[in-house]
Amino acid sequence: MIRKYGAIALWLCVGAAGFLIVPWYALPGSVLSLDWLRDFATGDSAPAIVQAWRYGRTWLLPIGALLAAGCTLLAPRFDRSLLAHALLALGGIGFLYTLAQGFLIGSQAASLQGLATGGQQGMGLGATLALTSFAMLFAVGLAGRGYFGGDAFIAGSVVAIVASTAIFTLFPVLRIMVSAFDDANGLISIAAFLDRLLQQKVWGLGCLTGAARCGVAWNTLILALLTAGGTTTLGLAFALLVTRTRFRFKKLLRALAILPIITPPFVIGLGLILLFGRSGLVNHGLEWAFGIEPSRWLYGLPGLLLAQWLSFTPIAFLVLIGVVEAVSPSMEEAAQTLRASRWRTFIDVSLPLMRPGLANAFLIGFIESISDFGNPIVLGGNFSVLATEVFFSVVGAQLDQGRAAALGILLLAFALAAFFAQRVVLGRRDYTALSGKGDSGLPAPLPEPARKLCYALAMPWIVLTVTLYAMTFLGSFVEQWGRNYAPTLNHYARAFGVEIGPQGGLIWVGSAWNSLWTTVKLSALAAPLTAALGLLTAYILTRQRFRGRTALEFGTMLSFAIPGTVIGVSYILAFNVPPIEMTGTALILIACNVFRNMPVGVRAGMASMAQIDASLDEASATLGAGRFTTLRRIVLPLLKPAVAAALVYSFVRAATTVSAIVFLVSAEYEWATTYIINRVTNGDYGVAIAYSTVLIVLMLVAIWLIHSAIGERRLGRRDGVVRMGMAELGPAA
Amino acid sequence: MKASSIELRNLSKRYGNVAAIHDISFTVAAGTLLTLLGPSGCGKTTTLRLIAGLEPPSSGTVLIGGVDVTQTPASERDVSMVFQSYALFPHMNVIENVGYGLSVAQIPKAQVHDKAHAALAAVGLTGFDARLPSELSGGQQQRVAVARALVLEPSVLLFDEPLSNLDARLRRQMREDIRDLQRRLSLTVVYVTHDQAEAMAVSDRIIVMNQATIAQQGSPRELYEHPHDIFVAAFMGDANRVRGTLRRVDERMGELEIGPLSLEIEHRGLPQGTVDVAIRPEAVEIGAPNGKGLPGTVRKATYVGGMMEYTIATELGELFVVNLAVDRPLAPGSVVSLTLAAHGVVPIATS
Repeated sequence: MIRKYGAIALWLCVGAAGFLIVPWYALPGSVLSLDWLRDFATGDSAPAIVQAWRYGRTWLLPIGALLAAGCTLLAPRFDRSLLAHALLALGGIGFLYTLAQGFLIGSQAASLQGLATGGQQGMGLGATLALTSFAMLFAVGLAGRGYFGGDAFIAGSVVAIVASTAIFTLFPVLRIMVSAFDDANGLISIAAFLDRLLQQKVWGLGCLTGAARCGVAWNTLILALLTAGGTTTLGLAFALLVTRTRFRFKKLLRALAILPIITPPFVIGLGLILLFGRSGLVNHGLEWAFGIEPSRWLYGLPGLLLAQWLSFTPIAFLVLIGVVEAVSPSMEEAAQTLRASRWRTFIDVSLPLMRPGLANAFLIGFIESISDFGNPIVLGGNFSVLATEVFFSVVGAQLDQGRAAALGILLLAFALAAFFAQRVVLGRRDYTALSGKGDSGLPAPLPEPARKLCYALAMPWIVLTVTLYAMTFLGSFVEQWGRNYAPTLNHYARAFGVEIGPQGGLIWVGSAWNSLWTTVKLSALAAPLTAALGLLTAYILTRQRFRGRTALEFGTMLSFAIPGTVIGVSYILAFNVPPIEMTGTALILIACNVFRNMPVGVRAGMASMAQIDASLDEASATLGAGRFTTLRRIVLPLLKPAVAAALVYSFVRAATTVSAIVFLVSAEYEWATTYIINRVTNGDYGVAIAYSTVLIVLMLVAIWLIHSAIGERRLGRRDGVVRMGMAELGPAA
Repeated sequence: MKASSIELRNLSKRYGNVAAIHDISFTVAAGTLLTLLGPSGCGKTTTLRLIAGLEPPSSGTVLIGGVDVTQTPASERDVSMVFQSYALFPHMNVIENVGYGLSVAQIPKAQVHDKAHAALAAVGLTGFDARLPSELSGGQQQRVAVARALVLEPSVLLFDEPLSNLDARLRRQMREDIRDLQRRLSLTVVYVTHDQAEAMAVSDRIIVMNQATIAQQGSPRELYEHPHDIFVAAFMGDANRVRGTLRRVDERMGELEIGPLSLEIEHRGLPQGTVDVAIRPEAVEIGAPNGKGLPGTVRKATYVGGMMEYTIATELGELFVVNLAVDRPLAPGSVVSLTLAAHGVVPIATS
């Protein structure tokens, strides 16, 4: 009980600091700059107590009163269960009241007449501390009531995870719903929503008759189905080649499969433009040799399809390699002893066993395709898809947030439909014979026709991918692709030039430095947060039994299926006004990356935790270690590979993301990828591919750095499952 | 060491609607070894986990050394446990594993080292300090797990099927070592197993559990010779189950008729009339056919080394019989006459 009083006192102090000392409202600059200390307790940087007392914001007083009431809980010897009830009430009411006053009293004084004069800004450090304090007191109360095994650390973690996910994922998505139903007068209207959703531009079928273009919804669906079909077929061919034949380029194939995961998502599109674009190599060659007019076939469905096949096949491959390996050789051997030929064995036994895996790969391809933003914006031309259409609705000439929200909801509906289908498929997966026992049989070699087909599918892909990356690399070193192939370092100089100033010292004159520093700095800040939050969630989901556990797991996985474009729009809508006003700051970029990529950590963690026997935790407990000690000394060291994986992937995905970040960047905080896309749309390909090359190299260095910093886990276990878990995550969009 | 007694009062544990254990009460005297014996799913491991504090009971009370610890988490109970899987920390070497509990308690490093060494010596495992668990044999891992539990000098030590992952020869050796250790340090031990022979070899007392409740408790001899019911009789070694008739002769003794056979036994308060009878395989004596005993025909004969195992068809049904006369094996089809030794024939109230 001593410890519990310690926790209560600690969180009350945090709340008191938030109420009495630090600025309650968000400051124009960063609160970390400590400028607010200079004009302490005056004007905008005043703490809540001063805001209430000198500036008439009396609605803040109850927060202080609640915290003061909390202090009385420390003094007398309360009955155990009474104390828990009191904490639950105090924390719950405090949290809800603080949020409610923020939402009800906006920046306009008129929001609640008579009561609120002067209005208020977005919440700042003080409000955050107060909210945290209330949430944690609530958690201590929960533990006191016996929830979460009576463990305050676990209860606090669960409350923190739920609250932060609610604020940064659930709230924005709900906000986008409201916007989609908003009519011109600020009222909720179903008609307005339907009007936006059922336009000819969305669902039109003009392309069938040839009269007009098809609606953006059909475009998206057609592209996604074709992409998923293609990537699944190709992925299966690759997986079979690697596991069931003596294919000579296995290592190359595996290496190529990693590339798209660390590459910004539009690089394939850029490479295709260099190869097949109007002034690309192929068109030039054809014109020179046969006088054929350069065509624009690349810009539209064919080019997009090609780009997505190239980009997303590796993910299908990594998913399916696990599926193919999971087919127990002993079943194939059993079929053969029953006189089935190789071909019959493959058709009757192997393929049906892989069917759920194939369906899963198809659905992953589908989700990747509809979430893809980088390729459509580079290659789409007149063929518009939802992801880009949402973007243009917000930033383009239209500036129609309601339309963006409505299209965003449609995109979300597609993604969630695929997500639920995937859950159903994976739920029936039991029969793929994933026993822990070593299967000693030999996998059946591929029947001859199947082997030839696999070769025929794989070789063009390999050749094309290698060519594209090579061309991107080479293209960054020539004057102007398609016109002048003279070698030059100009593009690098323009982007990354460094000069020595008149007073000595370096001047970063290159135009890309600003965006590169921002990207690296903020990604490096986001990565450990993402990994910590994700792994903590994974630990709780695998090791704790409590009501709502499945809901929490479902929620974290669900948030992963939300397309980046939807997140981007919803963040703008949700965080542009008080009480949470973050647009244009570095904070929103970090938050966006943390909560988009958190499921990466959760999956990596859960896959690893499944390998760590629960009796290790229990042994540690019987030896006197508390939950936190067990986590630090037993679980974390054993999770090293997962920690590395989560760090790497959250860093790489943050640094190479486009779809969500493109809505949130500002002049001050520009992202590498958005900078490149701006160069592409201006036709400045030289700098764009030079920058892409630098980014790829940087990602490789980052991966290597993180892996060598974490070090190996020294015990003789297999880490295969971790790799598998990561494969399903795919690259940033 | 300061061995403590354990007392469970009306302990129950439910998972949803399923009762893992139901209303269990028993006491373990300080410095003794009690075994929880039963088939898988009978609730013996759950009982052990409740004593350790790894799970909270649905109702009931756990007392250790007379103190109510029902609400105390595992990390704060003075209890150590040896897990079925050993649960050695794979990223720590032997000495780090054994010293873990001490270092968690923030004892100075030098002292941790000395105590860990002493514990390793106690289990006969000196010189393995720097090995990782994956570099040890099963028996060595087992010893490290015991040393790790012992080093904290717990007032109660728990074993969850500690020998189930070892081969037969090692199992005998380890169970003797565990018993020696327990006697030498006079530890209070609760030991879980499903192996009846293992239970009889190590225990001061045995509790046989069945379907979430206690079927019977007592000394190994009591349970073997005087089982209360057929379940306990069958679980404590092989038993042929037949019907018989009991007639009281005096206060202590009775006459038991089984088919054509009749023998004098202790009636242990059973009422007159029809009873179930458990006949141990070694209690059946095989003789030449002479018309006096129970006539039978050998159906199967199996040579298992030290003895012969026979299945013999009689008017009571097929009987399983072991016989030490390995030199004169009977061929299937042989006609024999069977008699019973009083020792190993147990009347049980009909259920």
